[in-house]
Amino acid sequence: MVKVFIYPSNSLILSDLIDRFGHEPLAVMREVGKKIRTAGLDSPPINITPEDPKIGLKYAAVEVPSGVRGRMALLGPLLEEAEAAVIVAEPDISFGCMGCARTNELVNFLVRTKDIPILELDYPGNEEDAKAFVHMIHDFLEGLGKGGE
Amino acid sequence: MNDDDIISKMIVLHSTFTLPSDLVIRIYESKADITVKETCFGLIIEGERSVVDEVAREMRTLDPNRIFIKERGVPPGDPHRCRAGRGGGPKPGFHQHELEFPFLPYITSALEEIERGEGKGTKMTRSLPIHIETFKDIIEKEVAQSK
Repeated sequence: MVKVFIYPSNSLILSDLIDRFGHEPLAVMREVGKKIRTAGLDSPPINITPEDPKIGLKYAAVEVPSGVRGRMALLGPLLEEAEAAVIVAEPDISFGCMGCARTNELVNFLVRTKDIPILELDYPGNEEDAKAFVHMIHDFLEGLGKGGE
Repeated sequence: MNDDDIISKMIVLHSTFTLPSDLVIRIYESKADITVKETCFGLIIEGERSVVDEVAREMRTLDPNRIFIKERGVPPGDPHRCRAGRGGGPKPGFHQHELEFPFLPYITSALEEIERGEGKGTKMTRSLPIHIETFKDIIEKEVAQSK
């Protein structure tokens, strides 16, 4: 099982396909879940702890807005675990955790600096492309093997 | 990531013959120690990671190519997500589903092709942006025509 980072990180299709084909999707929902279930937060996940922008400092400089650093506190640990990545370029809509263009640029940059296999795709616009989208992900994940083998 | 961590998973149905209530009954039959919420798109289940993963695997076998599953950050009925306490409007996360939902029938077709061993090596046709010189030519032609 290979840990596959997905972008957009809240995608149902990507998360499902990676899980379905026998690998582990690294999605932001897992990190959000940890925050929500950790006692002591007033209004999770809207309020993050003061520690989070500090974790984000590992990925972005201090003059970078705290929103970027706060998001990187969620996405950064996933990036570090990633052994492969499936990136959908310029998704039409990015809301919530994925709603910050600068964070998304930084995430895409950091994924590319890692020496891991990356599959880059576009969101499909028609039936043929949607089928090819799934086939490309399937072929890519098949190529990754079972991990550690 | 421990097996006894509490997690939630969304089970999204895009089927003409399986209903959320069918899945709920199967979960009740399995006597798994989890919380289940029936929703318009399918189910949200919450419990220990090992149990939730097992139930999700079992649910997928009921209609493998039409059931889509992903982990969810917030528990079912969470007041920060529930519209009852937020004065209406779409839930955060709805827009991503709205974007992806129309593709689900095509994903189903592709999964059926994979099952039949078809479609290997199919590539998407990526539309690349046109070169600046080509764009300049188009502008010049249009301007010349309009004169």
